[in-house]
Amino acid sequence: MPKDGGIGASTKRREDVRFLTGNGNYTDDINLRGQAYVHFLRSDVAHGLINKVDTEAASAMPGVLRIFTGADFEGVGSIPCGWQVTDRFGEVMQEPAHPVLAQGKVRHVGDPIAAIVAETYMQARDAAEAIEYDIDELPAVVNMKDALKEGAPKVHDDLTSNLCYDWGFVEENKAAVNEAFEKAAHVTTLELVNNRLIANPMEPRVAVGDFNRSTGDHTLYTTSQNPHVIRLLMGAFVLGIAEHKLRVVSPDVGGGFGTKIFHYAEEAFCTFAAKALNRPVKWTSTRSEAFMSDAHGRDHVTKIELALDKDNNFTALRTDTYANMGAYLSTFAPSVPTWLHGTLMAGNYKTPLIYVNVKAVFTNTVPVDAYRGAGRPEATYQLERVIDKAARELGVDPIALRRQNFITEFPYATPVAVEYDTGDYHATMDKLQEIGDVSGFEARRKASEAKGKLRGLGINCYIEACGIAPSNLVGQLGARAGLYESATVRVNATGGLVVMTGSHSHGQGHETAFPQVIAEMIGIDASMVEIIHGDTNNGPMGMGTYGSRSLAVGGSAMVRATEKIINKAKKIAAHLMEASEADIELKDGAFSVAGTDKSVAWGDVTLAAYVPHNYPLEDIEPGLEETAFYDPSNFTYPSGAYACEVEVDPETGKVTIERFAAADDFGNIVNPMIVSGQVHGGIGQGIGQALLEACAYDENGQLQTGSYMDYAMPRADDVPFYTVDHSCQTPCTHNPLGVKGCGEAGAIGSPPAVVNAVIDALQSGGKNVTHIDMPLSPSRVWAAMQG
Amino acid sequence: MPQVNMTVNGKSASGQIEGRTLLVEFLRETLGLTGTHVGCDTSQCGACVVHVDGKAVKACTMFAAEAEGAEVLTIESMAAPDGTLNTIQQAFQDHHGLQCGFCTPGMVMSAAALLKENPKPTEAEVRDYLEGNICRCTGYHNIVKAILAASGQDVSAIAAE
Repeated sequence: MPKDGGIGASTKRREDVRFLTGNGNYTDDINLRGQAYVHFLRSDVAHGLINKVDTEAASAMPGVLRIFTGADFEGVGSIPCGWQVTDRFGEVMQEPAHPVLAQGKVRHVGDPIAAIVAETYMQARDAAEAIEYDIDELPAVVNMKDALKEGAPKVHDDLTSNLCYDWGFVEENKAAVNEAFEKAAHVTTLELVNNRLIANPMEPRVAVGDFNRSTGDHTLYTTSQNPHVIRLLMGAFVLGIAEHKLRVVSPDVGGGFGTKIFHYAEEAFCTFAAKALNRPVKWTSTRSEAFMSDAHGRDHVTKIELALDKDNNFTALRTDTYANMGAYLSTFAPSVPTWLHGTLMAGNYKTPLIYVNVKAVFTNTVPVDAYRGAGRPEATYQLERVIDKAARELGVDPIALRRQNFITEFPYATPVAVEYDTGDYHATMDKLQEIGDVSGFEARRKASEAKGKLRGLGINCYIEACGIAPSNLVGQLGARAGLYESATVRVNATGGLVVMTGSHSHGQGHETAFPQVIAEMIGIDASMVEIIHGDTNNGPMGMGTYGSRSLAVGGSAMVRATEKIINKAKKIAAHLMEASEADIELKDGAFSVAGTDKSVAWGDVTLAAYVPHNYPLEDIEPGLEETAFYDPSNFTYPSGAYACEVEVDPETGKVTIERFAAADDFGNIVNPMIVSGQVHGGIGQGIGQALLEACAYDENGQLQTGSYMDYAMPRADDVPFYTVDHSCQTPCTHNPLGVKGCGEAGAIGSPPAVVNAVIDALQSGGKNVTHIDMPLSPSRVWAAMQG
Repeated sequence: MPQVNMTVNGKSASGQIEGRTLLVEFLRETLGLTGTHVGCDTSQCGACVVHVDGKAVKACTMFAAEAEGAEVLTIESMAAPDGTLNTIQQAFQDHHGLQCGFCTPGMVMSAAALLKENPKPTEAEVRDYLEGNICRCTGYHNIVKAILAASGQDVSAIAAE
């Protein structure tokens, strides 16, 4: 086994060299010969009837090739939704059409009205200014509860109301849950908002459509986390292009965080227009456009109630959530507040009875879909906040209350339909108390107080369901896709390997970590393995990267394909050494016959596979290339415990993060350096949600946070160094690597830690503040302190 | 269209541009130096930081015409001619100071400017200097650590894993 490059090594990332030298190949770096540029004219009102879009004068502007409007997309498919939720009455959700360009109505600020294609980007923008359009502004619905009132303006006139669905989970448990509340010794209630966020990967979205008239082949270059999924959604449902005539390429992608999962209208437009104009058509989003066209995240309004018995055991949990869908259903939007949220409400605790109600609501805002964690941060936040509030009300230690209610025996079937395979919540809490020096907190509090600051400690746990997901299960839940992953392992004659994976790397370091797994399995150096991803012309159908699934699902496919390679290679080795296949052992990149000194090198076997002169041709084919599709049998369940210490300035309400510690259980770890980096990044985003970030609309549906001038992204001086640990490892029992996934944990576990810490700080200063909604800006904290 | 002339990465560069062409557009579109990135349109994110006459500048905040006659350095100039990473680049790789890589060119160029004016910055000074560079992937932990390491300071006490 190679010590420096196999499983468990903090191998430096090979992809870094191109990124550090300016040699990355991002979609906006791609320019095709004869390329034209598109600029979208977007609605500046939230809701309105389109009376007229007059493009005549604009069409005569210099360089303009053609201006498209909604009329050009009559007969073209709707941007599809990939998940159909069934409500608590057995009815399917309301599902509106989503045209590529607005038809008849605009439904949110940013809804595209027209697309101007010109020789240069500047000319396209100039021409947009000359389009005369007339929109009758209609009253907009922004607040979800208002949107559900009788007589509220309807976002979609052809739907019965603005209610997408009213989901109950588990509906059969509702009466028993209510009964448990009647009998409870104590009930803690909390109403809260999970603030609307914008994912903001640093690379804005880009699409370049290309068409070859002589072959009929389409190519789309796009900033996607899952190019195969885009090929299927856009080809089959929007443009009617067969998959074998459509290639989707996602080269280096500058971060995704969920918002680059979805199929967007601009991708379909560029593909469509490239054929219509017989020229490549490129769109590069500005950041301002991203704010009004990238799917947003979170935006839940929740009432949560926790019932406890006289001994402080959790007896029941009940939640009532409004989830914003925005104006149209983005690709996976309906699944986020339901199956990715309700199923996580047990958290780390053995609460026997749980009922979750979610009303998904259409509003005149940008569509809302998955953002790092997707449903799981919303579940964790409300659960860990209500537990903290309960501890305070009962006068018990919040860590002790959690420990008392921890699930300790595995596998554990929750009352919300999932079965945790492994975990050790006491172990991660122990580790957290150690690395966070929780016992030293009181001394640090005194030091802060001596400086005139209030200091607070916030603790919380989290669990998430990753490695999505068993296809037959999600099919029953409404997914219109399978959630397997694929890998093709191609061994070349001289022994090097190329692995084509459906997982996409956009910061996660797959090009480094995946070869570590192969190197470990075969016993060769990781430098002999190359990872190919992001091109539907390379490798089999794949489902892409999201939900912390790449290693757990994509890595498992890679393991299965490599096992097939090894099995075939053993047959070849047995033939070469005139031995029985059963006696062949593979170690350190060489095949040997057990109990003898006979051996052949890896390269001898791979060469024989492609130069099959001395080869068992009657038994096996030449070549050494295998494909596997891996469909997981369960979710994976990473878990952990987080601690945040804050100082609050009582004069201004300003919160500073003084310490942050995270103890995670991700099961087995392939590259600890990369795993730590993933946790750091998640914590940074979670602190952003807790203290800084909010996507705000006014009551007319005007987007008030339309740029980085208004939307507060975390900067280097907003965060401290973090202390992270992933030495607590309970390996996943159902995938071959025993891995659980680490990409989202930080963003899930950190917001409640920050808020719990601020509440603790304010209480220590004698302020009777039990909750403040995120982001905990100085003005909100200061206002809360004034009581 | 007016012509602009400057020195970019040690070589003379010129092109016909519109007056409104930004320096970053000139670098990316005219010269094909796509290492300098555009992450926003309000001069907040810093993905486009280059050096103009020795100073760190957001290349989206100045017109190409304003760089007439200037010496411009971009990320493409930072490694040695044989491809060997410079100290800052190497520290970013050694300490995992990048993930998706999109903000990275701006981070490296800002770090280079910082260490030129302050060769041994404190953690707080690094964080303060990076105010104008947004990273969404790393939570800044390993970026700050990499810059401290590149300055020759011992970072072993900062938790790695």
